[in-house]
Parts: sequence; C-alpha cells; structure tokens
Amino acid sequence: MSKRAWAVFAALTFALAVVAAGCGGGGDNESKGGGGSTTSNVKGTVSFIAVWTGPEQQSIQAVFNGFKKKYPNVTVKYKSAKDPGQVITTAVQGGNPPDVAALNSPGLMKGFVDQDALKPIDFAKSDVEANFSADWVKFGTVNGKLYGLFFKGANKSTVWYNVHAFDDAGVEPPTEWSDLLKDAKTISASGTPAYSLGGADGWTLTDLFENIYIRQAGPEKYDQLADHKIPWTDPSVTKALTEMAKITGDTKNIAGGSSGALQTNFPDSVTNVFSNPPKAAMIFEGDFVPGVVAGQSTAKPKTDYNVFPFPAVGGKGGDYVVGGGDVVVMFKDNPAARALVKYLATPEAAEIWAKRGGYSSPNKNVAESAYPDEITRTTATALAKASTFRFDMSDLAPATFGGDAEFTDLQAFLKSPSNVSGTASKLESDAKKAYKAS
Amino acid sequence: MTSTSVRAEFPDPVRTPPAPRPVSRARSLLLPASFLGPAAVLLIVWMIYPALRTVARSFWNDRGNKFVWFQNYDRLFSDSVIHTAIKNNVIWIAVAPLTVTLLGLVLAVLIERIAWQSALKVILFMPLAISLFAVGVIWRIMYLQEPDKGAINAGLNAIHDVVKEPGVLPRAEPSSPAVNSRFVYTKQLGSGGTALLGLTAISPQNVPSDAEQAETPQSKQGAITGVVWRDFSPGGGKPGVVEKGELGIPGVTVSLLKDGKKTDSTTTDTKGAFTFDGVSGSGYQAQIAPATFAQPWGGVQWLGSKLITPAMIIAFLWTAVGFAMVVIGAGLSAIPRDVLEAARTDGATEFQVFRRVTVPLLMPVLTVVFVTQMIGVLKIFDIIYAIAPGSVQNDATTLAFEMWKRSFLGANAFGFGAAIASFLMLLFVPFLIYQVRSQRRNN
Repeated sequence: MSKRAWAVFAALTFALAVVAAGCGGGGDNESKGGGGSTTSNVKGTVSFIAVWTGPEQQSIQAVFNGFKKKYPNVTVKYKSAKDPGQVITTAVQGGNPPDVAALNSPGLMKGFVDQDALKPIDFAKSDVEANFSADWVKFGTVNGKLYGLFFKGANKSTVWYNVHAFDDAGVEPPTEWSDLLKDAKTISASGTPAYSLGGADGWTLTDLFENIYIRQAGPEKYDQLADHKIPWTDPSVTKALTEMAKITGDTKNIAGGSSGALQTNFPDSVTNVFSNPPKAAMIFEGDFVPGVVAGQSTAKPKTDYNVFPFPAVGGKGGDYVVGGGDVVVMFKDNPAARALVKYLATPEAAEIWAKRGGYSSPNKNVAESAYPDEITRTTATALAKASTFRFDMSDLAPATFGGDAEFTDLQAFLKSPSNVSGTASKLESDAKKAYKAS
Repeated sequence: MTSTSVRAEFPDPVRTPPAPRPVSRARSLLLPASFLGPAAVLLIVWMIYPALRTVARSFWNDRGNKFVWFQNYDRLFSDSVIHTAIKNNVIWIAVAPLTVTLLGLVLAVLIERIAWQSALKVILFMPLAISLFAVGVIWRIMYLQEPDKGAINAGLNAIHDVVKEPGVLPRAEPSSPAVNSRFVYTKQLGSGGTALLGLTAISPQNVPSDAEQAETPQSKQGAITGVVWRDFSPGGGKPGVVEKGELGIPGVTVSLLKDGKKTDSTTTDTKGAFTFDGVSGSGYQAQIAPATFAQPWGGVQWLGSKLITPAMIIAFLWTAVGFAMVVIGAGLSAIPRDVLEAARTDGATEFQVFRRVTVPLLMPVLTVVFVTQMIGVLKIFDIIYAIAPGSVQNDATTLAFEMWKRSFLGANAFGFGAAIASFLMLLFVPFLIYQVRSQRRNN
C-alpha cells in the first residue's frame, strides 16, 4: 500500500516537472538563406531578439537572408519577444544576453549602457554617419560612444484625410497650421465634421500636443520639457495648449463632439475618416493609421484616403518629425555580430524590408523607389529626411506620467478646452510626482 | 495470508477483523503525508508564500531596495483615484451580490412552474460559459453611444424616434449673419421683399436628390419671395450669395412672422424657392421652421463617467444571475414537498408559502450564493478592463484593477501595488472566516 502511495507521489512530481518544463522554451528561428558566394571568412552564429512577429518577422528574416548572401558562413538565429526590454533585462541578469537585439526605445538602450551590458559599435560609426541624419546618430550615442543604430522608424507627424471630404469642401492639404484651422471651417461648412479624435485612448491626444509643441516651442524646449527641466506651467506649454484648444474646442467640428470623442477609441477614430461617407475629414496620427483598418475598410490609398505631413506652426517645423524607432544594439562583441550590425546600417538591408511594405527606414540613403506605394514613400521619406527628429515625449517620460496621468489630464482638457491654465498646472503636479518617483 | 484462506474454507458465522499489523510511527505518518504532500507543496509555493511575500513587499519601496514602513499605505489613503476605487468597490458590494441572489431566487422559483424549464435554465446559464472578459467586450459594444453602433441605444432610439422625429437637416447652420441662430432672416420684410436663407454644414449626401440649382429670388409686388439653399461651394464660396453650383433645398417649411407671431407658412420647391402671397405693409420676418433642425437623439452615454459603474454591474448580472438561479434551483428541489403541501393545506397563500417556508428553508443556499458573489465582486477586474474606455477608467476603477494598473502597467510601482493587494486581502478576511465557519457547521 505505502509502496503505491510512493508511486503516486513520484508520478505527481514527475508530471509537475513535465508541466514546468513545458512552460519554458520559445520559438527559435534559424535563418537559412540561399548561399551566394562572397568574399568573407567571417564565421559563426548571431542570436537576435526583437519584437517583430508575423509578417514583420518574415520581413526581418528576408533581411537576414540578404545578409546570408554576403556572409554565407554566418547564421542569424532570430527570436521574437513580445516585450524585448523585459526579456533582455532578464537575460542580461542571467548572464546570457543575445548577441544583437532591437530595442524599442532609446531609454532602454541607455539603461543597458548604464549596466555595462552593451558593447559600443564605433566600428560602424562611419557607416551610420553616412546613412543617418545627425539626430538619429545622436540618439544612438551615449557618453560620446555610438551604441545603437536605428533600423526601423515610426513617423507620428502625419495627418490622414478623406480625399472625398476634402474634394467636396474644395480644400487642399494645408502646409501651415492656420490654414488647417481655416480649411477645417470650410470642411465643416461643406457638411462633414473636420476632425476625428480618438480621445478614449489618451496617447492620441499627447501625440497631437507634442506635434504642436515641437513646432511652436522648438526642439530645445521640447527636450527640456521631456526631461522635465522646465515645468508644464511654462508659457510655451500654455501657448501650445491654447493652440490645441482651437481644435478640441471646436466641438461642432469633431465627429461626435468632444464627449463623443472621449469615448472613441483609436481604431474607431480611424474608421470615422476611412469610411464612405466619412464621419470626419481628418485624423492626426502616425504612419500606422492605414494598418489599423487594413482588411476591414475598402478605402483605397490616393483615391479614398491620403496623407500630408503635420503642418508647420507659425511657419516653423514643417519638416519636423515626432515618432519612434527600433534601435539595434550589440551585447556581445564578435566578428559575426559586427558584420550583422554593419550590414543593418546599409541602405541595402533597409531596402529589402522597404520593398515588402509596412516599414519606414530612418536611413536617409534608402532609395524612395524601394517603397511599394506613394503613401509609404511620403511618410518614410519625411521620417528619414526630417530636419529635426524627436522621440515621442510621452514615451520618454516616466510611465506613471507619460503612460497614465498625462492621458487623463489631456482627456480632461478635451472635455473643457477653455481650462488651459488649470490643465497646465494639473500636468505639472502630476509630472512632479512621476519624475520624483522615478 | 494463510489464516484467511483457512477461514475461507471454514467460514466463521461472525467475522473477526484481521489483527492490525504492527507498523512503525514513521510509516504511519508517511501515508497521509504522501497524500497531503503534493497539495501542501502546491499550496505553499503558489498560495501561502506569494501572499506572505506580497504583504512583506508592501512595506518596501517600489524598486524593492528600501524598507519604508507604512509609506505605501499612506499613499493608498491619500490617492484620489484609490478613493474612487474604494467607493466603487462599496457600490459593487452593496448592489451586485444582493441583486444577483434576489434575481436568482425569483427566477429559480418562477422557472420551476413552467414548461420547458430545462431549456430556459440552459439559456440563462449560458452567459456563465463565456469568460468575464469576453462578456465585457460584448457589453462594451452594446453600450456604444452612437445609436447606429450600440445595440442598447439603437433600441432606445427606435422608441425615441416614434415619440419625436429628428429634423431633416440636424447639423445645418446659418451661412451668414443675415440669418440668426434661430434661423430667422434678420431683415424686416415688406411687400416685394426677398429673403435669402442660406444654410451650411449640410453634407452633399443629405441634399434631397430632386434639388435643382438655386436662384436669387425676384422681388414681387404684394408678396414676399425667398430661397432656402445650400450656401456652399468648394472652397467656401461667398456666404449669403447664391452662386452657380449651389443647390436649393426642397421641402423645407418656411414660416412668415409678424411681430414674432406666425401668420403664414409654406414649403420650398425643388429650387428651394418659396413665395408668400397677399402681403401688405411691412414688419414681416421669414423663418425656417425649427423642426427642420431638430437634433437626432444622441443616445444615452452608458460609457460616460456617470453611468459606467451601473452599466458594468448590469453586464455582471447578466452572467452571474444564471449561476445563482441554477444553484438556488438545486436547493429548491431539495426542499421536502410535504412541508409546502402542509402549508398550502393550512390555507397559506402562494406568497406566504414563499416568504415563510421556501425562503427560510433555502437560507443556507442563499447565503452561500451571496458570499460567493461577494468574493467574486471584490476581485472584479476583467469587466472593467474590457468595458471602460480609457477616458473613464479612473471613474470605473476598483481596488483589484488599481492593483494591477499600478504594478504592471508600465509604472512598476510594485510596493504600492502590494499595498493595494494587502488591503484587498484584508477586506476578504470577514467573508473567508464566514465561509470557513459555515462549512464547519455543516460538517
């Protein structure tokens, strides 16, 4: 009898161990590129972690295949991670980081530099400087050393519009903020509300604010505000909020009014503009907008919807871009990893993905013709050739502010657009708390 | 054993139990230990240790490198969002479990008396088969404000439209200051006067298909003439002037006012033109009937900050009532019928039977349902996550939701999150004690 109990106990323990083992492990993907012969004696395996899955994973794999053609003896092992920052932090603490990884924020990169986990990529400095504008190089540099190159970018300084709504109103995409406000009145008179705001998702409001702010106050102030070196009660902030209120306060001109906008989430705000007849004429959001309705909307690019760069405010910043990017960093220094990093800095590597779509490269030497359609060409070129590029300020702020309180405060501002000073002081008090805690 | 086989051949009339085998003390402990062991290990590793660790963690700062005594609890009681969370938890606890139990009871008693009761039970029980998160997604869509999206407002809208029909041009606005906000042509008119009632903010789709090019009205003796038209051409056009390409709006009711009182009314033709004949003297005004611009019903703002908690409670009831009904129904079928019969024979009305006999006999089951719901409601999370739009999350929040948000949603305030979790645990204690006690009593 007791023997049997032991057997049961053993079986249970075994079952548990199996379950536990089954939980671990992930999907490894080995690149098996066609082997073209090139002059290279670099050998080895490079492990690479990034967030890309699905079609994006296939695209990065295509890039690795291109790499394999040049370096037939190097194999890239790609692994996707839902949250690369978290996975890699754990891997670094466990002493087993990947050779190369793509991180989705420069702050994360800086954190790893502070932990001495990253190897500088100064060997690729000349390639990076030749292919990227000064801002992109600067964001990859920490303490005077180059640590990262931006392989994939996101442009959040775009405005998407319904072509029919603009045609009905007889307006052209504006290049200046004041024209945009005037055109919006005309669009409203034509019978379609001008703006669609996804106010239920607070980040859409922070993006609108940031685009106005960087143009009106300039990049220096933008950096200071992002670091909270100037308070949110600064006159530059109230000025930008006042400008923003010209949109949020034009309640009749917002699809659903401001109370309706507060319950509209981002995908619905896109649908408002991409449907026919449209519920609103334009939406302020980044290059990922068409992807949101892909497969649901029958709207065609150019004929049904189109895009224009976020207009200049007061004549300034028509070619500024606020956005994001995935930065490639190196955790282990070996010839194979160096070869891959150097390769990813080339326009050639970026063009492989560009041709496949769904991608904007910050690399300014990527041929415009590499992009599959005119719309991607517009947004991607604006990103690579931006005279000033800045990261989304709310992504740089501590999460309690940039991912929470700032949302709520701007949503309250959408509700009562006349309360500029109250909004500014609320933002400041929330920012103070968040920056102090971080 | 040999002795038993011998006994089997010559069976005793009275069976004697086999002599107990002498076992060592250690061995006698081994058997229960091996049964309890796995469960105990699981319990300690995944329940007791994490719970204790959470309580301990709540006395450390967010990064976990500094002991801060009760600072996190201080934050807990000074944070206005946490106050809302506590308030919402109180509303949930006060309303949901009681309603669930009562509705479950009523349904269970009623359903026993009808045909097809199993089918109906299955239908009412079905929502429980859906995860609470999916329930949230379903109700979120049903609650959408715009009547053409949200099912509930669409239903209410159908009723509303019967009562009060929306105007044909709800969004339209006067195109120039010559027409005021009440859609009155501001100029005083007399015999031979013309009224230019220009409107904007009408989408081309909303202009009736028989509309024709508008014309500037001609002055006519003994009459007031005018036009109602879509005063917009691409680029804006000249407000207040009839231009080429601007269509008249047919079928609009126009009233003639004298000293603010309606004296006549007419309807526009396909060119948007109208004429009031038999006018003498002056002091007339023309107005487009306000009914034309009656706003369509906007819908109830279920997902706004005021109604969000009741809306979520309703969604919760939808899933929980079926469960309560089935459990109470099972209790109901266990009640001895003769007690009910006896009461009826003694002349009790059905309601008296229900109140004096059924409910008291069901009390143990009812309390079980009530307490389970209490516990379920205290930890309510998924419904909030799925139903509340981002802009009202801070109005809809509960402690369980805040615990998750503060700890994991980027903020990584684990010390604070642990404090919320510990506080929540404290709130659970009375229910747990009650549950354990009543179980003991039953045994």
